[in-house]
Amino acid sequence: MRKRRLLKKIVYALITVFFVLVFNYFLFRILPGDVVSMLSRNAKISPEMIENIRAAYGLDLPWYEQFALYLRDLFTGNLGTSFTYKKPVIEVIGGKILPTVVLLGVAEIIAILIGIFFGVVSAWKRGKALDTGLLTTSLLLYSMPVFWFGMILVLIFSATLQLLPTGGMVTPGRLYADSWARMADIGRHMVMPAICMGLAMVGEYAITMRSTMIDVLQEDYITTARAKGFGESYVLRKHALPNAMLPMITIIAINLGLIVGGAIQIETVFSWPGLGNLMYTALNNRDYPLLQGLFLIVTVSVILANVLADLLYELVDPRVKS
Amino acid sequence: MNNIRASLRKREFIEFCSQVYHNKMAFAGTIILFFFILMAVLGPLIVPFDVLDFGAAGDVLQPPSQGHLLGTDDMGRDVLAYLVSGSRVSLLVGSLATALSMVVGTVIGIVAGYSGKAIDNILMRLTDFFLVIPWLPLMMVLAAVLGTSIWNIIIVIGMTSWAGTARVVRAQTLSVREQQFVERTISIGADSRHIMLRHILPNVFPLIFANTILVAAIAITSETTLSFLGLGDPTTASWGMMLHYAFEAGATSQGAYWFFLPPGMCVVAVVLAFTFIGYAFDEILNPKLRQR
Amino acid sequence: MLLEVKNLRTYFRTTKGILKAVDDVSFSLDRGEALGIVGESGCGKTTCALSIAKMLPKEGYIEGGEVLLNGKDLARLSEKEIRSHRWKDVSIVFQGAMNALNPVMTVGKQIAEAIELHDKLDRAAAMQKAADMLELVDIPKDRIDRYPHEFSGGMKQRVMIAMALACNSKVVIGDEPTTALDVMIQAQILELLEKLRQQMDMGLILITHDLSILSETCDRIAVMYAGKIVETGTAEDIFEHARHPYTQRLTACFPDISAKKIIPEGIEGFPPNLIQPPKGCRFHPRCQHAIERCRQDDPAMVWLAKEHQAACHLVEMPHE
Repeated sequence: MRKRRLLKKIVYALITVFFVLVFNYFLFRILPGDVVSMLSRNAKISPEMIENIRAAYGLDLPWYEQFALYLRDLFTGNLGTSFTYKKPVIEVIGGKILPTVVLLGVAEIIAILIGIFFGVVSAWKRGKALDTGLLTTSLLLYSMPVFWFGMILVLIFSATLQLLPTGGMVTPGRLYADSWARMADIGRHMVMPAICMGLAMVGEYAITMRSTMIDVLQEDYITTARAKGFGESYVLRKHALPNAMLPMITIIAINLGLIVGGAIQIETVFSWPGLGNLMYTALNNRDYPLLQGLFLIVTVSVILANVLADLLYELVDPRVKS
Repeated sequence: MNNIRASLRKREFIEFCSQVYHNKMAFAGTIILFFFILMAVLGPLIVPFDVLDFGAAGDVLQPPSQGHLLGTDDMGRDVLAYLVSGSRVSLLVGSLATALSMVVGTVIGIVAGYSGKAIDNILMRLTDFFLVIPWLPLMMVLAAVLGTSIWNIIIVIGMTSWAGTARVVRAQTLSVREQQFVERTISIGADSRHIMLRHILPNVFPLIFANTILVAAIAITSETTLSFLGLGDPTTASWGMMLHYAFEAGATSQGAYWFFLPPGMCVVAVVLAFTFIGYAFDEILNPKLRQR
Repeated sequence: MLLEVKNLRTYFRTTKGILKAVDDVSFSLDRGEALGIVGESGCGKTTCALSIAKMLPKEGYIEGGEVLLNGKDLARLSEKEIRSHRWKDVSIVFQGAMNALNPVMTVGKQIAEAIELHDKLDRAAAMQKAADMLELVDIPKDRIDRYPHEFSGGMKQRVMIAMALACNSKVVIGDEPTTALDVMIQAQILELLEKLRQQMDMGLILITHDLSILSETCDRIAVMYAGKIVETGTAEDIFEHARHPYTQRLTACFPDISAKKIIPEGIEGFPPNLIQPPKGCRFHPRCQHAIERCRQDDPAMVWLAKEHQAACHLVEMPHE
């Protein structure tokens, strides 16, 4: 029974991925006018490149053959060649995955820890000044455009206080004594973008955690726990929190799509050399192959991450286990 | 019969308005929104400068002063003038995009909920598709392909944010459909379109209203973000475009806070206003959420 | 005397005023005794019982009176001090149909955690004892690692009982322990409680709105109305010789299979507002026999027999 449900979810995910592939394919073919004439407006392309593209895209072939070519290319890892970098798209993307994953990972951890803490404290002290304060802070963080928050941080910590670098992942031209020194430099550059992204997501997590916690604290098993003679701290940690965390897993999964949006903005503001920044560059240069490839990879990753989160939830909730 | 219904609706509406008035959050939000609408309508008439007034070379990026209350931007323009005319664009794009999103979402939601079976399934797969795809890459890619005119931006935002509304409307439609009076109307032979318009829609309306507010907040943030990333209409002056130019001009590292702080603060204020109103509506319309 | 509640007053702060949920209530409970407290919803019986362990929501507080457990006044203790008494001295069997068991914790762990806390045993020893408790309530020991949703309603109630007895508390309060269970299971649960009470010599307080379940199990029954006790006595006193008009109406509501056919009548009217209770006897607005004195003076408890008391002005007068 459970296996069947899991299988169903995986199949749905695969179907969605397929739709993404189709969508991605048609997106760049429905450009008003011929693909090639559209591309030739881009000053960076030479006539030879146009010919290559024409051949590569097989634009004179019937549509189903073109689509088959597209699929074949995809499965052999051929995502085309980037106009900007003059290298295969997959290479360009490959090199930028790690910085994004690292940044997102750190930011997500910060967001989850702070968000849960705020939410729990808020729910516990509901109605009091602390709750109002935390709620207002969370709402503010939630309402701010992520990139704007980044700009403010740069203003305060880089321009004014001169504490942290304005951007990039490493200090240009710096030589390192060893890899620890390099990591320290990277770390220093990562502080602001990670905190910025983390805090931007805290808002949603805190507000959700708060309302989930408030519901949980009204449940009867909380009364039972208190009747057993346990103090508030134990009741919160061992009884309330485990129950409140279950919906949070779902929220974190749903948020994965938003994180991507946040990553693009943060990497742009802080010039962090990851996938988000790459997308910004591709966009500005109208580098369609790169854009297409990025969109594909990012979207499929989010879909897969959602499926993983779903599976994780199944494993963790005892009511669903049996 | 119609008179009774009409006067009942009127009473409900007055009751609703009075609840909004007394709800602190809704009140605050409404005041803020009012202020910005006022700014959009009257602002450009009051502020002495025009957005197109490029100042002399020495006037570039000047901090706030007597002459320029919010300083000047990287082209010597008065920031306050820019801000105020930007409010027009941001609010306009926001509202139109929201309208589009709501219409699409509502239609799909009602049709899916009412029709059931195959149509429902297909529409729901479509909705799930739009829900799972990360919003910013999708919008970026669509805007890159369609072009960056202001109408395209409105279409892009509207066509990517309807999924949440559709889901919610469908759920409500399903529950309304189960109610007796709909069964009876079907049995006397009324056609589907009539039922959906005359019976389902009015019952789903309060929910749509509350949802609209929250979508509006998303729409404004989306426009701002898209413009910031370079996908805005270069011929318009929205808050997002201001931030875009501020960033490009290096206002952050140069410490020119007067250029990028005000537009951001305006966006935050408007989004907060919508969020407050949205939460308050939720509380009012959903008695379960009211504080004990 | 194991437990003595004297003049207990538990009030609630509400936006509309002070709600006098329990207003001058007194009763006692001895080792091995079973006391039933019965009344309508909202009469204060649950609040009364929860007050013993000071398990009140933040709006509730004990305004006055004493709760003497083996001579020690629990009502005076601070929140921190009373925690050591909870479950160890006074435990509560909640309604199993409620969500009183944590859905994400195994049943064994929920029983064991109380043992670890109060008896200072380590995890393994506590789990061992928890398994023994399950056996005591006729649940197979291997169910110890199961989750609450894997048990039926009746079995969940047994788990609640096992949990309540885990620390050998002296007083066990059953708050509607059989409500929402079907009749066969109800009988089983009551039998189990009876057996355990005798086995462990504990004091049992059974709270219910269903008078019928108290007839077989309780030594004494207290009838509550609008925050006050209106009559106490043995089961026989209450069922056969009820003197307070409310008790009489209450017992009349339950059809007797051996008596002649009477259609049970409800009691007209509604329970009074506890923020502004009626002057005089709280039952007088709904009482057919009310006289002028009932509207003015609050009646005191009057002794009628060895264990039988009632609070009504009419009982002092010749029996009608």
